[in-house]
Amino acid sequence: MTVGDHAGTTRHLLSIDDLDRAGIERILDRAASFAEVAGREIKKVPALRGRTVVNLFYEASTRTSSSFELAAKRLSADVVSIRAATSSVTKGESLKDTIQTLTAYDPAAIVIRSPHAGAAQLVARWTDAAVVNAGDGKHEHPTQALLDVYTLRRRLGALDGARVWIVGDVLHSRVARSDILAFARMGAEVTVSGPPTLIPRGIEALGCKVAPTLDRLAEADVVYVLRMQHERMQEAYVPSLREYAACFQVNAARLQPHQLLMHPGPVNRGVELSADAIDSPQALIAQQVEAGVVVRMAVLYELLAGTGATGAAAEGAIETVAAA
Amino acid sequence: MSVRRLFHAPAPPAELLVREAHVVDPRSGLDAPGDVLVRDGAIAELGAPGALPVPGGAEIVEGAGLHLFPGFFDPHVHLRTPGQEHKETLATGTAAAAAGGYCGIVAMPNTAPVLDSAPLLGALREQAERDARVPVGFMPAITRGLAGDELTEMAELRDAGAVGFTDDGRPVVAAGMLRRALQYQRLCGGVLGLHEEDPSLSGHGVMHEGAVSARLGMAGIPSVSESTMVARDAALAAYEEGRVHFQHLSCVESVEALAAWKAAGAQVSGEASPHHLTLTDEAVRSLDSRFKMNPPLRTEADRQALIAGLRDGTIACIATDHAPHARHEKEVPFEEAPMGVTGLETAFPVLYTDLVLPGVLPLGLVVERMTAGAALLDLATPRIAVGEPANLALLDLAASWEVGARGYASKSANSCFEGRTLRGVVRLTVAAGGVVHRADAAVEALA
Repeated sequence: MTVGDHAGTTRHLLSIDDLDRAGIERILDRAASFAEVAGREIKKVPALRGRTVVNLFYEASTRTSSSFELAAKRLSADVVSIRAATSSVTKGESLKDTIQTLTAYDPAAIVIRSPHAGAAQLVARWTDAAVVNAGDGKHEHPTQALLDVYTLRRRLGALDGARVWIVGDVLHSRVARSDILAFARMGAEVTVSGPPTLIPRGIEALGCKVAPTLDRLAEADVVYVLRMQHERMQEAYVPSLREYAACFQVNAARLQPHQLLMHPGPVNRGVELSADAIDSPQALIAQQVEAGVVVRMAVLYELLAGTGATGAAAEGAIETVAAA
Repeated sequence: MSVRRLFHAPAPPAELLVREAHVVDPRSGLDAPGDVLVRDGAIAELGAPGALPVPGGAEIVEGAGLHLFPGFFDPHVHLRTPGQEHKETLATGTAAAAAGGYCGIVAMPNTAPVLDSAPLLGALREQAERDARVPVGFMPAITRGLAGDELTEMAELRDAGAVGFTDDGRPVVAAGMLRRALQYQRLCGGVLGLHEEDPSLSGHGVMHEGAVSARLGMAGIPSVSESTMVARDAALAAYEEGRVHFQHLSCVESVEALAAWKAAGAQVSGEASPHHLTLTDEAVRSLDSRFKMNPPLRTEADRQALIAGLRDGTIACIATDHAPHARHEKEVPFEEAPMGVTGLETAFPVLYTDLVLPGVLPLGLVVERMTAGAALLDLATPRIAVGEPANLALLDLAASWEVGARGYASKSANSCFEGRTLRGVVRLTVAAGGVVHRADAAVEALA
């Protein structure tokens, strides 16, 4: 994982670009070992005992915030979860002041979700804590991409040569950007498809192809469907959700039996996905949610274990996990 | 002719002999070492190196190894006064200009309140006569409140000293409104400076639309949002036989449109900024808000087109678009940050370091383009010639300095070149006959 401003001492996960293939695999292997913990009656390990993880969410989130919170708790960290609506942020406190205030509590990690690209980078500049990007604007959502790769790897063994189609509103999707990078890094061939108004000019530079229609969707091994937000219609990106569904909804008619189906949630039933597709055995949507906790445990562990006072305890903890 | 259009608090008339500096002024055919004598604030005599006798009462400036240029002129700066004095004042903005070798600058009207009436212009003149270290001209708004709906009282504003008119920061969205301004220009004169951007194309964009914006997931400002407006407004200017100046051009398509309309005989001119001439949208990958400005940094092809346009004269002058913002305003995520970067203190050193030293552009051409903005606005061009008022910039081109290491004369620090080591230290600036800037000993020690 990347080395931050304090070379060699503070590590962050700000972007999938912070990870090479080996780095991704190390996190996923660690997540797999934590998955065994998740199967126990007592789902905790003492890896981060006595350390503090701050979850700072400037945007509504259910699964990302709850899974980060659960991940930190299962590593025995003390967790502070702050939502913008309930904090002094609503009193006009700047991001910098908020971070400096939180840093005074000496957190080991700050997990941040922000509506603005680059917010996590800025936070990393202002704190000694390890920073995890839990989504910044339409830029990146690296832990989502890691749990997506984890879910696929469990099913496929490896992503090498797998053809992954990402379908929908790529323009406004941080998940799409992190996924394109992560899937490609793991050896998959990535194609994006969606209404031309919602495919950003220049997206090919991320390492994907662009398909103007779903005519060739049958080529895909994996169909990854993005959430289509209702406000895109008011903004005149698409003439109607009805037409969007007609052209780009993934449904039983379009989904082939050999294909795996993914979605970052929450799903708009009947818009980007039909009910029959969501409920089909090909859908990995529930597995993605399940993977969220163990992958985020692995990310926190990779960033924090071996640093700080509890480094040795953390190493001991993971041996316990491996032995279990 | 008699209306004054530049205002400042004059320094005492200089009495100087600059000895043996390499004097460069393409308009005067100068590109050789020589002596320049300034008496009573005017250039009194030019001579071979060491040839001029030391006159009584004159300060001797040893110029051997240094370069002497005509003082630079910037047709496009934001002095944030009135209303945003926490970003810049007339005093700090003109101090930054003096530190950058400028002998004249022109301030934009997007202040609070907007400069759109003669009484406000009168108040600014008085303030400039108190606080401005180098002469400042003002370009009031084309439309009241920059709202694009009604013309300002252009004739009265011209009589009160307006250099020209601009809604800079915003385009004149309605073609019909710009047409009225062009018609009114026949009555009152004054160039119309145009910030070209079709807001229906630029939308909520925060950077150039292209591969980098696709990677970062930030809304893009496509090149065509600028170039379609350049083409539209050049056509309007030609139709009304009016005169327009295109501000801060940023892309290939705009340079092509400008070249085509110039060739067709339209009275159109253009400027480019040092940051658009030396940086591209690759810099935005850092997500550093210091690289956020409007128009945005574009691609390498765009940068090359601007350089080619500057070289062949399609783009007649360099303008900084000096746009100071307070530290707390820029220390936010990129999308939240205001548009704009400072530029007065770095303009020449950046162009010298990145374009002259590598052999991309000749020194004389850069000096000419750094001074050409004055004539485009019907103001006197700074020249090194006997009888001219002394407007001079003395630079050590062998010395280097780190941008920001010793702070800035500007009140703001939002330089996109902060941390860069640049060649070219301004040792002395003379503006309108008076010494307005001297590099202190510590700066010289860096060399």
